[in-house]
Amino acid sequence: MYGGGNVFEATKFDDLQTEDPVKLAEFEARIARGEKIEPNDWMPQLYRKQLIRMIEQHAHSEIIGALPEGTWITRAPGFRRKMAQMAKVQDEVGHAQLLYSAAETLGKTREQMLTDLINGKSKYSNVFNYPAFTWADSNIISWLIDAGAIVNQMANAKGSYGPYSRALERICAEEAFHLKYGHDAVVHMATGTPKQREMIQAALNRWWPPIMTFFGPSDKMSTHTETLMRWKVKMASNDECRQQFLDMYVPKIWELGLTVPDPNLKKNMETGQWEYTEPDWDEFKRVINGDGPCNAERLAVRRTAEERGAWVRRALLNPKAKYVRPLA
Amino acid sequence: MNELAIKDLLYKLADDQLILGHRNSEWTGFGPILEEDIAFSSMAQDKIGHSLAFYTLLQELGEAEPDTVAFTRNANQFHNSQLVELPNGEYDFSLIRHFLYDNAEIIRFEMLSQSSYEPIAKVATKLKGEVKYHVLHANTWIKNLGASTEEAILRLQSALDEAIPYALGMFEPSKYEQELIESGVYAGEEAVKTAWLQRIKTVIEKTELKLPDLSTIEPRFGGRYGEHTEHLQPLLDEMAEVFKIDPTAEW
Repeated sequence: MYGGGNVFEATKFDDLQTEDPVKLAEFEARIARGEKIEPNDWMPQLYRKQLIRMIEQHAHSEIIGALPEGTWITRAPGFRRKMAQMAKVQDEVGHAQLLYSAAETLGKTREQMLTDLINGKSKYSNVFNYPAFTWADSNIISWLIDAGAIVNQMANAKGSYGPYSRALERICAEEAFHLKYGHDAVVHMATGTPKQREMIQAALNRWWPPIMTFFGPSDKMSTHTETLMRWKVKMASNDECRQQFLDMYVPKIWELGLTVPDPNLKKNMETGQWEYTEPDWDEFKRVINGDGPCNAERLAVRRTAEERGAWVRRALLNPKAKYVRPLA
Repeated sequence: MNELAIKDLLYKLADDQLILGHRNSEWTGFGPILEEDIAFSSMAQDKIGHSLAFYTLLQELGEAEPDTVAFTRNANQFHNSQLVELPNGEYDFSLIRHFLYDNAEIIRFEMLSQSSYEPIAKVATKLKGEVKYHVLHANTWIKNLGASTEEAILRLQSALDEAIPYALGMFEPSKYEQELIESGVYAGEEAVKTAWLQRIKTVIEKTELKLPDLSTIEPRFGGRYGEHTEHLQPLLDEMAEVFKIDPTAEW
């Protein structure tokens, strides 16, 4: 699950001046022709750097994103939900594995990426710095955060880097199931007992502001993306993704009799655009920079997992270790 | 066929798998490498799926529906061995438990697939192929880590020593042991234990681990009839936390 958003800050386009202009032109021509760039192909340093950053952040978002929903695996009510919740969160961890592998093709190891994550050097989707207080929060994440992720990832699957776009195709196929699962769970809550309806509305109220920032700052605020769009690294603008999401999901939320906690939210029939209260971008920045409700907790959990598992990784690297081939 | 004996057998099978599946699922997001997160989560899904299959057989024999049976009983009504309810601890303990448990589970499933009680035989035949992969996973990791660094070997050895009395507790005889054996429903715990010892010895011999002298160890019995460690009730409370908000609601 990943919304993009904060990926492209601090890009220095001056870097491009050191690239071989002939190779650069050929590279851009290949992308314009719709070809995929593969790991051993020539690419500008900036392209490599931005892709590592984007894929890495996406991978981190998957494993950190597994935490708020993972908490509810052991509490899921009934067999049907328990098994589905496990499978769903497992998928997210599987996505991380796929994405770390895709990023490794660009020259950064998984270990280094995980080290940068727990040191706070690399980011992950901001939305996972918010808590999942109840089962209903977990349902809202499964439905609407996954929905947002699909909007973003479907766009990025058409991007120019082969390994990333192939990973995204597989990921989107699984996310489509998550969306059905999340929707089904929300429908049960929204059409259930008064207590269930109250729980799901409260969860939607809590999650709406983070959802609105999920696609990153407004286009008015983010700059320097033309080159990245020409290179098909960034495939749609933050606002385009947000509009598409609102278009697809606000009617579905209303259909369930739920209220979106934004009195200004409405579709302008003349422009075809959704109008809404501008999200609190100051809070967004504050949370990205570490001061959110769960930043410390999420990283602490990840750090503990890394530390507790270190002996296993040391043992696997031990030259004396025998590789035992499974006989399946 | 004595229905009480069949139910007794089904309850211990189902409860073992539910509780171990629940414990395995706690690894999601916390594994030493991502591949192990995924592996433990896969096994958790299988185990809980298997428990559901056995609770469904119980329902056919007149017990309450699986959700009610799984989510509303207290610890003293559970029939799982104490081994499966122990906390995950570190990865060494979880891996050793998985190894000791699944090498018994595969034997149970093979025997049950020959059961004279056809509903059990059918379910066991269908599911034993999945357990085969659990065993393969456990044995591969034990062979690998059990012959690697000194640190890993020490950790696994200490986990093995800790887990063995509980593992022997898996073979607590049923009240209906003789009846089940004589009617061909189940070959009995002694038979499972003998085959299990053979299996685990074969793997352990390929490592630098040592199987403790089992003749000096007192098995941790009691789990099959509601005697549990202090760890089971909190697990059940957590499992039922949402369900109990309204057990009649559809979640």
